[in-house]
Amino acid sequence: MGTETGRTILRELVKQAHVFVEDNPPGIMQELGLGYEHLEAVNPRLVMTSITPFGQTGPYRDYKAYELNSFHAGGEGYLLPLHSYEPDREPVKAGSIVGDCACGLSSAVATLSAVYLAAATGMGQHIDVSKQDVLMSLVQNHVCTYANLEEVHSRIRRGFLLVLPMECKDGYIIITIVTNREWDSLKQVMGNPSWADDERFSSWVGRHLYGDDINPRVQEWVRQFTKQELFHKVQSYGVVAVPVATAEDLANSPQLKARGFFVEVEHQIAGRLRYPASAYDFSETPSTMGRAAPLLGQHNDSIYCERLGYSREDLVLLRESGVI
Amino acid sequence: MSSGAQPYRAPLEGVRVADFSWLWAGAYATGLLSLLGAEVIKIESMTRVDQTRVMTFTLGKAFHGVESSSVFNAINLHKLSVKLNLKKPQGVELAKRIVQISDVAAENMRPGAMESLGLGYEVLREIKPDIVMLSSSAFGAKGPWRTYGGYAPSFACASGLANLTGYSDGVPNPMTGSTDLMAAITGSFALVAALNYRAETGEGQHIDLSSVESQAVLAGDALMEYLMNGKVQSRVGNRDRIMAPHNCYRCRGEDKWVSIAVSTPEEWRAFCSVMGNPDWAKDERFDNEYERWLNQDELDRLVTEWTINFTHYEVTEMLQRAGVAAMPSFSNEEIVKDPHFQHRGISAVVEHSAMGKQVVFGVPWRFSKTPVKVRKASPLMGESNSYVFGELLGMSNGEIERLVAEEVIY
Repeated sequence: MGTETGRTILRELVKQAHVFVEDNPPGIMQELGLGYEHLEAVNPRLVMTSITPFGQTGPYRDYKAYELNSFHAGGEGYLLPLHSYEPDREPVKAGSIVGDCACGLSSAVATLSAVYLAAATGMGQHIDVSKQDVLMSLVQNHVCTYANLEEVHSRIRRGFLLVLPMECKDGYIIITIVTNREWDSLKQVMGNPSWADDERFSSWVGRHLYGDDINPRVQEWVRQFTKQELFHKVQSYGVVAVPVATAEDLANSPQLKARGFFVEVEHQIAGRLRYPASAYDFSETPSTMGRAAPLLGQHNDSIYCERLGYSREDLVLLRESGVI
Repeated sequence: MSSGAQPYRAPLEGVRVADFSWLWAGAYATGLLSLLGAEVIKIESMTRVDQTRVMTFTLGKAFHGVESSSVFNAINLHKLSVKLNLKKPQGVELAKRIVQISDVAAENMRPGAMESLGLGYEVLREIKPDIVMLSSSAFGAKGPWRTYGGYAPSFACASGLANLTGYSDGVPNPMTGSTDLMAAITGSFALVAALNYRAETGEGQHIDLSSVESQAVLAGDALMEYLMNGKVQSRVGNRDRIMAPHNCYRCRGEDKWVSIAVSTPEEWRAFCSVMGNPDWAKDERFDNEYERWLNQDELDRLVTEWTINFTHYEVTEMLQRAGVAAMPSFSNEEIVKDPHFQHRGISAVVEHSAMGKQVVFGVPWRFSKTPVKVRKASPLMGESNSYVFGELLGMSNGEIERLVAEEVIY
């Protein structure tokens, strides 16, 4: 992109594209003459999506952020670990790189919606995605609770029923009760202990207000079982209980296996490995994980020569002059 | 179609959704489509009340009946609502007529429930051959656990995310309800993808979505670590597997924290310079990335000795000016009061006919040509009965009144 020829080639590529996604710091694409206003002139149907930590506008637009910073700027970190009993300890981010992945997913919804409109009207557009905006929208109920009721939420515990996973013989399980029917069924599966008949526990609000009275008693009961035992036993009563899975549990899960969640893909360097595929099955267009992630420049020939019509000689020149 | 002359207000204008979904994971999937311009008809009933209509985050405050839930309001903006009792055959017939004039059907009942009602994909496809249908459930509609239920915390736990979230010496943590919304966004994505395919080919299809898997794919690196190296990752708080410092540090004030992440040698030098190049930073324990990572307990302690003297805003500003990634760990109050949040304008105020003014979120994306404006609160239950049954389905007032009396429109 540092050469005029390189930028010209990009514009040629954009002319044929439905979508152009970039995540450079705000302003860089304009400086290169590759901002949306430039690319729109080349391809009016183009949907261009720019994904940055804080968006293209506003006081923090030039701020830098790794996933840790985006996650905490988004407001969920302050709520984690949810239901903490240790008020002096730091807020934490969610595991893995889930914040960044969620931003990518969210951007895809916006992008595909704009593609849908472009297909119908011929009109493309630019989409400005701020990761902070996306992550805040995931905790919008908390943000709006302050905006509407001036109630501050934090990770420090606030009562509540069965929020945390409980210890089984061999790991953790979480039981979640929302409806009165579920509460009654849980009582039944626990063998109708007399403590559970307390009138205070008969409504949703009551169960949360007096969660502290319920939680240790359920924990005591849970401790007698393995997580798999309890999972099937409790679910058979129509009550939501789910073991805390490790990556190993997932890799060996009969459920994920039956759904074909893991798919083997051959990669030129990494070899043949199992990868998590998609969370959905499309009845008419089932996903096919045919191609691994590309090696750097693996498709130079097919894109430059076959797609854009450059000759092999051109490729030599472009390589020699540092454009490719 | 013409371009230019017609002002398009929203990307999904002209798409109609028969919305059987409820709770968060279903309702927000169609809620996003609704914000994007689709006409979403929520099909609900006094015999099957959406739990989010009768629950709250605020334990009793500002709460009474099925029309005063800010939780429901937030994720059902723009939608229309009809009352329809699907336990009555005539209710099911009317639901089919709504599907017949729709492009999308969405539901997140337990797998098999729509089929039992006579509203499974095979039936709906007979009525509307190019219907795009989303069935979202906890574990998906296939496999040995298909009938098992789940809520947001279950998705976090079953997907592996909870096992990776929390203090290294603490228990697995199920995160907030964000996991529901991530499942919902995955549903929106699948629906819009299928709508694009339909626009091109004329073919509809059925999408079977597993909410648990929608979270598991977001933790792909932990899965690959096991699949490639047989190593099971666990909780590490804020820490990174390479970077250090990489944590939240206490600042001046009550429960105030700043997140700081340092990756490159340049960032480390800039970070030290902002701290005034303290002697300890020259210590060989912090000499390079690996040493810093190995000695991060001590490093974190020393960094806190510096951050504690400032507010999290002050630390953020000093470090950002020097090119170091830092941001406060914002509370909900701080977000609402933050100038950047106010500038971005992703929240809006709507007038709800039972609750009055409510602050809500629109979409977290800025479209240059079709900006999404939040224009309507969530519907009261059945508020669109006369529009949908009368105007769209052409039923007479007398007929509608009869069905209300028979508890079909109920």
